[in-house]
Amino acid sequence: MAVPALVFFAGFGVIPLVGVLALSFTQWDGLGEIRLAGFGNWGAILRDPGLPHALWVTFLVMALSWAFQTPASILLGTFLAGKHRYRAVLSVLFFIPLLLSQAAIAITFKALLDPNFGLGAGLNIPFLVQDWLGEPVLAFGVVIFVVSWQFIPFHSLIYQGGVRQIPRSMYEAAELDGAGRVRRFFSITLPQLRYTIVTSSTLMVVGSLTFFDLIFVLTAGGPGDATRVLALDMYKRGFQANLMGPASVIAVILVLVGLFLALLLRRIGGRDAGHSQLEGV
Amino acid sequence: MTTVPTSAPQRATAPPSEGGHRRRRSRRTRERPNWVAGLTSVVWLAIVIVPIYWIVITSFKTQSNYYAENPFAPPGEPTIANYRLVIESDFPQYFLNSVIATIGAVIPAVLVSFMAAYAIVRGRRSRLLRWTNSLFLMGLAIPLQATVIPIYLIIIQLGLYDTLLALILPSIAFAIPLSVLVLSNFIRDVPKELFDSMRIDGATERGMLWRLAFPLTRPAVVTVTVYNALQIWNGFLLPLILTQSPDKRTLPLALWSFQGQYSINVPAVLASVVLTTLPILILYVVGRRQLLSGLTVGFGK
Repeated sequence: MAVPALVFFAGFGVIPLVGVLALSFTQWDGLGEIRLAGFGNWGAILRDPGLPHALWVTFLVMALSWAFQTPASILLGTFLAGKHRYRAVLSVLFFIPLLLSQAAIAITFKALLDPNFGLGAGLNIPFLVQDWLGEPVLAFGVVIFVVSWQFIPFHSLIYQGGVRQIPRSMYEAAELDGAGRVRRFFSITLPQLRYTIVTSSTLMVVGSLTFFDLIFVLTAGGPGDATRVLALDMYKRGFQANLMGPASVIAVILVLVGLFLALLLRRIGGRDAGHSQLEGV
Repeated sequence: MTTVPTSAPQRATAPPSEGGHRRRRSRRTRERPNWVAGLTSVVWLAIVIVPIYWIVITSFKTQSNYYAENPFAPPGEPTIANYRLVIESDFPQYFLNSVIATIGAVIPAVLVSFMAAYAIVRGRRSRLLRWTNSLFLMGLAIPLQATVIPIYLIIIQLGLYDTLLALILPSIAFAIPLSVLVLSNFIRDVPKELFDSMRIDGATERGMLWRLAFPLTRPAVVTVTVYNALQIWNGFLLPLILTQSPDKRTLPLALWSFQGQYSINVPAVLASVVLTTLPILILYVVGRRQLLSGLTVGFGK
């Protein structure tokens, strides 16, 4: 019964994965003939200063969006898991950013941040009137902010689920021992959430490799190359410059980065996760 | 990603019961409110809501009022002209394309994933199925965007370039890993005794799949259906590289080119954003309860 799924996944998952490695050793303009090129593409890409730059930008997007989203999501998730009259309302509203396409979100923020006609000009707040997408540092900050805008609600809900699974008895015991709220948060909630943190971080980190749509529509990698992440680099080389060979090299690097990160995260916190949640029940 | 543990059996059949919350509520009434977290949520809620509010009100403004009015003031003279402009353009065509691509991909994706998840859970001792499972789990770690160049090549070879089927086939494949993961977590929670007693009554594996596992894991099925529909409805990269002609565009791509074309008419662009999001919002409202419980159970451990 697993055969149909396997066929689809092999045809459009496994074969392309092998194919991208094969294509990285060829020359192809996307239309004409595919010719073998040996290690030429690899040599050229590995010497290209664009590669370390794209890797660095990708890493920065990943690290900064993780560092911003994780504490905020844990805090929000813990809060949402408590008793609150308006919790249900919050849960509905919090999901809306996740329903919008990244293209729609990018278009919206582009209009909002427009220095001439956007929010800043409309409200007459000089601070908001900046060339948000024209300055490398600002454009980078905008990307991180927009990513967080879309995904913090989702990760908050994951943490909310995690917090709800922590046995009440642990908090009651701690309360009897006189532990305050802050102490309980750091001694019970946070350690108990460690596998949720691994799950959420994995989704964030691996997901950050795929912020193509958002960055493509928002900045198209600009200004200059300031937000040119690996996925965008691959697209531009392959589908705009018609150099599928070098683009495939970038794609292989993208796959390796993804696998490396997933394995790293599992190493950090994944071991015997199956037992943790039921400890002390 | 193989670390998601099994969850308690009752979760397979029902979202977390209300009783648990009620007990918690009475016990915690003497607590002081948590100001730090409360304030954070209010602030972030405002950050989330303000752009959405702005999209909606601006989409009802005339173009001249958009430049003249306070951005957050409700439209002085509300108009539906923007919506009319969008609908009278090629929007219905793009809408239809998105519907076809989404339904055409989601239904097969969920069906084959369910069958695979069922086989993986029931055949835990088969080495081949364990190997299949690891393959799918590996698919979760790989940024599938990295495979678009070979996919482009395959689609050209199949003669499917610039068709909706070109979007549907890879979308099904991309949806499988996560769907199998979530569904198999839920199928694993169906009590073994139920399978045993059905088998004694002479049910086949296929019969047990449809009459036992499928009804009992409905929240998970709804979850993966809505989640995949959302992914495919909002998908941008596949339509960007696999289609070319305007009459094959799906909505996100159309939004992008619409924005390039009407960059000055912000209210009309925002009206198209609203229209693009409405169907998925309706789907979300309908499936919300099960979606939330499904997602938080599937990931939140």
